[in-house]
Amino acid sequence: MGQYLETDVLIIGAGGAGMYAAISAAEAGAQVLLLDKSVIGRSGATIMAQMTVAAAIGEEEPDDWRFHLKDTITAGRGLVDEPLAEILCRTAPERIWQMEAWGVGWARKGNHITQAHAPGHDRNRCVYVDFLNTGPASSRTLRNQVRRHDSVRRISDLTVTDLVLQDGRAVGAVALHLETGQTVTIAAKATVIATGGLTSMYSRNSASANMGGDGFAMGLRAGAELIDMEFVQFFPIGHLAPRLIGMDPIMWDPFRYKLGGRLLNSAGEEFTQNYGTAEDGKYVVTRDTATYAIYKEVEAGRGSPHGGAWLSFEHIPDADLRAAFGPVIDRLADAGIDLTKMAIEVYPIAHYHMGGLRVDDTLATNVPNLFAAGEAVGGANGANRLSGNAITEAFVFGELAGRSAAAMAQGNAAPDIRDAAKPYLRVIETAAGQTGDGPTPTAAIAALKDLLQQDVGPFRTDEGLTHALDAIAEMTAALPDMPTGARAPFNQQLADWLGLRNMLAVARTIATAARTRTESRGAHQREDYPGLDEAWGYNQVLRLSGDELQLSRGEVRRLAPEEQPS
Amino acid sequence: MSERHSADLKIRRGGPEGPAQFEHFEFEFEDGQSVLDALRWIRGNRDASLAVRYSCINANACKECVMRIDGRTGYACTTPLRAGEMLIEPLPNKRLIRDLVTDTLPPDERLAEP
Repeated sequence: MGQYLETDVLIIGAGGAGMYAAISAAEAGAQVLLLDKSVIGRSGATIMAQMTVAAAIGEEEPDDWRFHLKDTITAGRGLVDEPLAEILCRTAPERIWQMEAWGVGWARKGNHITQAHAPGHDRNRCVYVDFLNTGPASSRTLRNQVRRHDSVRRISDLTVTDLVLQDGRAVGAVALHLETGQTVTIAAKATVIATGGLTSMYSRNSASANMGGDGFAMGLRAGAELIDMEFVQFFPIGHLAPRLIGMDPIMWDPFRYKLGGRLLNSAGEEFTQNYGTAEDGKYVVTRDTATYAIYKEVEAGRGSPHGGAWLSFEHIPDADLRAAFGPVIDRLADAGIDLTKMAIEVYPIAHYHMGGLRVDDTLATNVPNLFAAGEAVGGANGANRLSGNAITEAFVFGELAGRSAAAMAQGNAAPDIRDAAKPYLRVIETAAGQTGDGPTPTAAIAALKDLLQQDVGPFRTDEGLTHALDAIAEMTAALPDMPTGARAPFNQQLADWLGLRNMLAVARTIATAARTRTESRGAHQREDYPGLDEAWGYNQVLRLSGDELQLSRGEVRRLAPEEQPS
Repeated sequence: MSERHSADLKIRRGGPEGPAQFEHFEFEFEDGQSVLDALRWIRGNRDASLAVRYSCINANACKECVMRIDGRTGYACTTPLRAGEMLIEPLPNKRLIRDLVTDTLPPDERLAEP
């Protein structure tokens, strides 16, 4: 049965949230096992983020976490889990100062930390590390802190495939060691899912390859509830072409905002005004409208060569471009991009997922001993995430989940899961022996991504969602026919199959929740149900019962009136 | 629209045992596309068994796709494709696992032998 490991706290995923959870669990006295399917602290979303982190530290101007909370609730269009958002905003300053003490190096102006303005905030609130280095610096800082704790054991290249249940409680997990093809069983007194979101399930995304919703699928199979799965945030002008390496694909937005970059169709004409708003050289088109306009223009055959829209700064004087872009202009030049002479191509890309595991104020799921952290947590951002809150929640929810899991582990005896793990190990063994003549899982993943981008993307219809659900069911039925390659070291074809199995389970939850929600709200836009419907002011909750996906309504958790930010 | 070119990737296949085996794959590309773009396309469309490490794809953040390209150590994600034959090999100074994957993990992050 392969290796058998034991720990107090198992943390699945070692991005920003997972590493923060490892640190706080270790500080609370727990033995920690921190796993990643890629490399510890180098995969996931945090390291990719180049922009900002929102926290009411009041360095740039007076601020209070209640103002941050108010903006977070407003951005979430009526669906924010307010107690979770309160934890996020109230605790954010502590985490920012802790990271500062650990040497992250937040950008400073004179004797204070610089806080920039970001859309949706009522004041300058967002800290960052120069230049476009916020995520890499945060990841490096957390990696260094994790290494200081001897009680944290780190293992890279270990893909957790299922949580193990015993008497309805989470007692650890089983995993595939990619290098050797061995299975590994891990007994844990408490487990934290820190696997991030699901945006790499879309063909156009800003994610690393491993943001495929693994934690949601594993949670679902273990009986955990998911919430708000229909809310996938798309970023309207993600970079599409020419190929650009080493830059965050969402980088164009602040420059377009600052300089008035023009969105053009294949004929070189501005088009967003044809979809309900006018551009007067300034950035006035909201995110949702820009996304819609680009989609429709491409659909009408007036897209750019790679199927997006042109974004042009050619009308901006050279000196203004250099002043705004700073050293970025040289990095663009290295990639052969001269903004004074050429437009670039942009397209809406999946950027963040608001939904996730449903948790209480300790970040515990409904499955005993199972916690969630970071983007894997659902609810705190409602129907739309406020700019700057993603890294904030990695820090805040990571720290809290680690502490909660350590406390839970303290009261639990070490489980023996050798028997309980057997059926979960069998899934890996069975998959590893598949020799069918279906498509390779690698090719099937590409097909699924195209399907989701097309039918479960930023604009949805009943017809498209129904088509998607049928196709997802067909692909799920075909899973046993997909060949997983010869038994060989580093068999990514098998890893792809295990990833696809998770993606299909998660895709089903997104499409199901999206089809049921017959309104448009925040990131969920229905072409056949335009406009927000007050009657839909509740969360949708999903859980798996056998093969049946059960959907129910959940009241949005609100703060008591006297606790509401004013 | 930028021009399309054809790269002929000569890729070292197999594990540490036996003499080096090479396989050729053709990939049509546009200016700016990377070696990693080609390797991912090969996995999806020609041979899913090709072992190649990557996770961030685009950001040069994960540093996983380090390999030997035309005799030089580099990242597949930041090395542009060029027309004609390109030699793609695993790192020579690391333990070979399979194809283009070598053991590049920090020693204290490996799953220990049982």
